[in-house]
Amino acid sequence: MAKYAFFLGCIAPLRYPGVEKSTRVVCERLGIELVELDDASCCPAPGVIRAFSRTTWLAAAARNLALAEKMGLPILTICNGCYGSLFEAAHELNHNPEMLAKVNEVLAKIGMHYNGTTKVHHFAEVFYNEVGVEKIKAACTNPLNYGIATFYGCHFLKPGDVKDIDDPEDPKILDELVEATGCKSLPRKQKTLCCGSGGGLKAAFGDVAKEFTKTNLENIQASGAQFIVDVCPFCHLQFDSTQDALGFNIPVLHLSQLYGIAMGMSEEELGLSAHKVPVKL
Amino acid sequence: MEVRYDPEFEKQLAELGGADAKLCFQCGTCTASCPSGRRTSYRVRKLVRMAQLDMKEEIISNDELWMCSTCYTCVERCPRRVPIVDVIIALRNMAVADGHIKAAHKKTAENLYTMGHSVPINDDIKNMRKALGLPEVPPTVLSNQKAYEDLKVILDAAGFNEIVE
Ligand code: SF4
Ligand code: SF4
Repeated sequence: MAKYAFFLGCIAPLRYPGVEKSTRVVCERLGIELVELDDASCCPAPGVIRAFSRTTWLAAAARNLALAEKMGLPILTICNGCYGSLFEAAHELNHNPEMLAKVNEVLAKIGMHYNGTTKVHHFAEVFYNEVGVEKIKAACTNPLNYGIATFYGCHFLKPGDVKDIDDPEDPKILDELVEATGCKSLPRKQKTLCCGSGGGLKAAFGDVAKEFTKTNLENIQASGAQFIVDVCPFCHLQFDSTQDALGFNIPVLHLSQLYGIAMGMSEEELGLSAHKVPVKL
Repeated sequence: MEVRYDPEFEKQLAELGGADAKLCFQCGTCTASCPSGRRTSYRVRKLVRMAQLDMKEEIISNDELWMCSTCYTCVERCPRRVPIVDVIIALRNMAVADGHIKAAHKKTAENLYTMGHSVPINDDIKNMRKALGLPEVPPTVLSNQKAYEDLKVILDAAGFNEIVE
């Protein structure tokens, strides 16, 4: 059975706990064992913390990586931000001995050490590559038939040369993952356009970020989709929290929640009451 | 035209991971691909050019430096494989070191410094977590004061307290 250290991050456990809950239930159904990554912190947020000080960001990320290394487990993330941040930090530290030595000087202050061995994964990548679409289909005991707008976000697949999961310009894997439930992924314009919230843009220039979101929502509306399905609580938050002001009303689900529905979890268990755009199934 | 040469800036840019800005040949593919440039006055091609020309002050004092959402579209398409987002992050590090910080970003940094997470926990979330059968407080630094103190030691060692305070 595949086994991972479960990295929670911030937005899922502290804003959309239903995403955390659904992930736990769905992973169990799919034969993925999640072990608590006790004492982890924020990844830390690449948009703001990495922009403030790359050294600080790297050292704090190394602490999270070292916690998983001590458990001898790869990390599973449920957020593009956490994935982007920890993947990039691991990529750098696992390949750059000089930087690793520098970071270890800092970690030594708290009696920790990182050997540079932790691997970081995105849950959707694990679902696709490790579990596989056929096994997911079989686990969907409550098949669905909604029209879906898949939303990949940016840091799941990009930068493509180091992540190498799918073609970032014309990706397919989330569409296949969504269609495993019986739903239909609907084509639309500018499918890979950023939601707008990354890089600290939402915090500093929220109106600009909303302009990104608005274009996405217009394209999604035109596609006829009934739900937006994302793989990132930060994109999720952006779509869920701006629609009222932008005059849209398209419910947003994290992939783990869509799977939860298709595997027969109750509405309460999915934590849908945290969503601002009401989710009616 | 006045020639500007700032070896200190070039050295810093390189140390922070932005050395490959020099590879850019100004084709404009990045700006043409940039969702932020489509909606604002921000032009990423121009920013990379300004970095090549050592225009540190003009770069770090301009709000446009903070208009990139780090979507990586430009990075995917750049024919010279300039790690554009890394260049932007390096420039932002320099801006912050010189005191150019947005209040909202400072708030996120403070959250990390005081709680170990980028957003705070509250009673609504605690209740919702409990109702879902999850621990009221997630098993992160939020549940372990020693782990939080450890994180703070790391942030302090990297001089983060000076930025936040
Ligand atoms: S796409 Fe690359 S080479 Fe072309 S202008 Fe932008 S950074 Fe320069
Ligand atoms: S990464 Fe930044 S500069 Fe590049 S296309 Fe995206 S928003 Fe524009």
